[in-house]
Amino acid sequence: MFLSMNWISEFVDFSGLDKLALIHQFSLSTAEVENEIFMKGSDISGIVVAEIKSVEEHPDSKKLHLLKVDAGKEELVDVVCGAPNVRVGMKTAFAQVGARIGDITIAPRKLAGYTSNGMCCSEAEIGLSDDHSGIMEITDDIPNGTDLKEAYQIDDIVFEVDNKSLTNRPDLWGHYGIAREFAALTGRPLKPLETVDLSQFSGLPQIDMKILDPLCQRYSCLQVDNIKRNISPVNMRVRLYYCGMRAINFLADLTNYLMLEMGQPMHAFDSRKVENIRIRRFDKPFTFKTLDSVDRNIDENTLMICNGDKPVAIAGIMGGLDSEIVDDTTALTLESATFDAVSIRKSSVRLAHRTDASMRYEKCLDPEMTVTAIGRFVKLMLDADPDSKVISSLTDEYAYKYPERAFDFTKAFVDRYTGIEISNDTIVKTLDSLGFGITEKDNVFSVVIPSWRATKDITMKADIIEEITRIYGYDNFEVNTATAPLYPVRIETEKSVEDRIKDLLVQKYNLHEVHSYVWVYNDEYKALGIEIEDNIRLVNATNPNIEIIRRSIVPTQLCQVKYNTEFSPEFGIFEIGRIVDGVNPETDLCNEHKKLCITLFSRIKTVEEVYMQLRDMLAVIADDIKHTGISFQKIEASHSYQQPRNLNDVICGGKVIGEIGVVYPKISKKTDKNASILYAEIDVADFAEVTADSIVYDEPSRYPEMEIDLTFMADRFEPIGQAVKEVNSDLVKKVSLAGAYTDDSGKSITVRILFSDRNRTLTREEVSAVTDSIIENLREKSISLKA
Amino acid sequence: MSEKMNEIRQAFSVKIGNASDTQTLEEIRIEYLGKKGIVTGLMKTMKDLSNEEKKTFGQQVNVLKNEITEAIAKKTEEIRQQELEAEINSMPEFDVSAPPALDRGSYHPITLVQRECERIFRSMGFTVEDYSEIVTDYECFESVNIPKHHPARDMQDTYYLTNGQLLKSQTSAAQNAIYKKYRKALVEEGKPIKAIFPGRCFRNEATDACHENTFFQMEGVMVDRNISISNLIFFMKTMLSEVFQKDIKVRLRPGFFPFVEPGFELDISCLICGGDGCPSCKHSGWLELCPCGMIHPEVLKAGGIDPEEYTGFAFGLGMTRLAMMKYGIKDIRDLNSGNLKSLSQFTAE
Repeated sequence: MFLSMNWISEFVDFSGLDKLALIHQFSLSTAEVENEIFMKGSDISGIVVAEIKSVEEHPDSKKLHLLKVDAGKEELVDVVCGAPNVRVGMKTAFAQVGARIGDITIAPRKLAGYTSNGMCCSEAEIGLSDDHSGIMEITDDIPNGTDLKEAYQIDDIVFEVDNKSLTNRPDLWGHYGIAREFAALTGRPLKPLETVDLSQFSGLPQIDMKILDPLCQRYSCLQVDNIKRNISPVNMRVRLYYCGMRAINFLADLTNYLMLEMGQPMHAFDSRKVENIRIRRFDKPFTFKTLDSVDRNIDENTLMICNGDKPVAIAGIMGGLDSEIVDDTTALTLESATFDAVSIRKSSVRLAHRTDASMRYEKCLDPEMTVTAIGRFVKLMLDADPDSKVISSLTDEYAYKYPERAFDFTKAFVDRYTGIEISNDTIVKTLDSLGFGITEKDNVFSVVIPSWRATKDITMKADIIEEITRIYGYDNFEVNTATAPLYPVRIETEKSVEDRIKDLLVQKYNLHEVHSYVWVYNDEYKALGIEIEDNIRLVNATNPNIEIIRRSIVPTQLCQVKYNTEFSPEFGIFEIGRIVDGVNPETDLCNEHKKLCITLFSRIKTVEEVYMQLRDMLAVIADDIKHTGISFQKIEASHSYQQPRNLNDVICGGKVIGEIGVVYPKISKKTDKNASILYAEIDVADFAEVTADSIVYDEPSRYPEMEIDLTFMADRFEPIGQAVKEVNSDLVKKVSLAGAYTDDSGKSITVRILFSDRNRTLTREEVSAVTDSIIENLREKSISLKA
Repeated sequence: MSEKMNEIRQAFSVKIGNASDTQTLEEIRIEYLGKKGIVTGLMKTMKDLSNEEKKTFGQQVNVLKNEITEAIAKKTEEIRQQELEAEINSMPEFDVSAPPALDRGSYHPITLVQRECERIFRSMGFTVEDYSEIVTDYECFESVNIPKHHPARDMQDTYYLTNGQLLKSQTSAAQNAIYKKYRKALVEEGKPIKAIFPGRCFRNEATDACHENTFFQMEGVMVDRNISISNLIFFMKTMLSEVFQKDIKVRLRPGFFPFVEPGFELDISCLICGGDGCPSCKHSGWLELCPCGMIHPEVLKAGGIDPEEYTGFAFGLGMTRLAMMKYGIKDIRDLNSGNLKSLSQFTAE
């Protein structure tokens, strides 16, 4: 919203004050002011009021005229002018020789053979409107030679307030409310709005008007007639233009002017079209043509202004085409009303039509304002068009009145909230200047909230704190740390587990952490041949490609791997992210889980090598964080991305915490023909819950260790490891895989066993006794030593 | 005999002088000192000599043997030294100027920025909380004083799910649970609530270089008996100076957010120009950074905390924005792209 300092200074005396500094202060205390401040009129000088004394056609040009202009000097000035609307006796804006318009300084200039000593200007040329159809017509009686800036309020400072920062302040949607803030900031009085006392018309007939719907809070109206004036006064037009509105005609300008001044939207109907005003909703949807000639679909929730049964306007949003003021309109009915804010906002969203009026209504306007606005309208109307007249009494139905809000608060409450000392006197003065009723006795304040702040904005004591502190100025606050008792801060297990996992994967295994979206990306899945598994859905996604929430991060990462195949011949990615495993039927809430997902990609290593690498990563994670081991349990494939072979549950602390697997060959090939692609997905909470074994220190023996390799004909390591375990010898310190080979005789596995004793050097005999026992154990299971 | 010995001595001298490797030396050693060697052979001729001669001859042979032994030892040492030098010199100079293979992993930039913030807040006694991404209407709106008709509830802003839950549109959705988790310690043990909760948030909007439907925020709250606006300003200034590693000026302006009262927009002095005005701050000297304020009494109440006894402040920092500012990331979509060309660049500091 654009605001004019000239307009505001009608209500607050700024003399002697730096207006730019005040605007800055306003930004810090009230609402955000955009950076660019417009110094209107600063780009023109030397423009005067001048009268055209003679007009001659240019001999060689159809467009140009040769004028003699009285610019208030002794001699008339010769001017060449191309405007179509020149005529003798007309007064216009004249840029004299030496005048400045933007970067141009006016100098005598030859135009088609004749010298022009100056230039007659259109309103657009001097920035008063966007009208460049002809030169400016000045109808006011102003002596020739008067500087235009003296004649009209052209010099102005205009600033823009971010509408979003006014969301909660219905009182700031017009200049008068803004002026109240400036009054509080400067400590100067706010002048009352000059209005016409409407009670003088009480003898005139009432308008037939009834509110039939509780969505209308107040409806005030008045009929006026005999408005002759068509073009608004220059100052009014300039202000409208500076504030971002185009001047249309006097009547329309006046309603807009009122809205920009008081924040109260107004509408004028042709009185012939609104003989019985009824405010109501309809049972059935219909279409309605608004005054911008658009057919709009009205539903049963939209409040309408009607003439009897016939809708004539969408309440609070826009008037209808049929009831608009037309050329032969004489009497018109002025509407000044308030409606339920939520209803207006919803209707406006539904119609996808947000107007200057609806924008204001949805902020909860003060119903007390409707009648004042009519009084102000009549005052401005009569000032500019003394022949116009009021032909009805004020007709006003006040259906919903907000309750008066008042409460008490203490000085201690203010002190506690602010943390600084603000005096009682400052508190009273501040609230008084903002229009609050305020008294103080023994450090207890009683406050009455003004109607324009009581519609939703201020409801409780904490709201008053804001009023006091923002005017006091946050820059003036002394800043202090809080004093509070000290307690140790514990890091939640899951959080530290997550951090540690990330560190291991990044720093030990060179993986790259990625982020992704929680939903299925239909197109990408389809491209890779990943089946989309149904799950809970978004009901209102704007993008149809995203609707289903994912059940696993694996498919997400496969899409990401596909995207990165050119990054490097070998890489791994991981993410700790969320998935939803359906909805709990009892609570109807989503089963949300936090998962660690790892995907490895290699064009260099075999599937088995990468698989073992991934398995070792998981084992290291468990060993590092929980000092425990993991094991694996074969499972059946149940998702399209799983290769059924080598698909295992990962077991830790006695429970399944996730799975490890190879990507289904078709999907793998679509990603990269020659790459091994593997994944693991671990439930972070399940893993975090595993009880960590404590570290048991095993003091190394000072005596020599003995290392024995045994090679067995076996397919898997497990029975060998089991056999070593079963001999249950204290001398066995470590069992590892020394190698695995396949030759003509089949697969063989070499196990390396480390023996030692803390107190002595081992003998070959006692070690042989253990190995013999292992060999014997395995022989019983038909696993023999390799010959 | 001594002539013979001299001949031997001379011949040896020539041979050993020509020897240039340990192999040859060994051959020479065997030739002279081996079981069938020349010197050993001389010893064998002793048996034909008289006792007197034996003594003299024996001494002479021993001298010769010692001379040869020493000469071989010396020559051996010389050659070993040469061989060592040859080995040292045979190693080529490596080309360290060749680009190194930077095979290392990377953290997501959000993780890095988030950890930095967590570190700062932990050092000031804040706990770090985690929260689900799918929440109820109560958690996201009702409990933080966003009433039914508030525009933030409009369908276009929030992703709703078929069961009525929603993807949290703000980290404030965790506030209520945090208050309930710590209210007992606050009320019964006098432990102030100091918590931050970083998390993923969602907004139902079209994406472009500046807009994402999935992004990160970090909420912070502090509740105690006498928490004031003055404290809020102190904490924000201190924390942000730590985050940006320089003395930051902060400025509060009134801002409307339903979960705080009074609510503020917090600006910081421009990081580029320090407040003098530059294109990056649109010549204002300030950057709008984050909303904050005193926790709304209704929000405290919903968390089971009596607003007459306790006050607190809350703030919401855009982690995604912070990461973009910190690393100069221009397109917000890079963060969720999974594109390793972008993401592999970020390592822990």
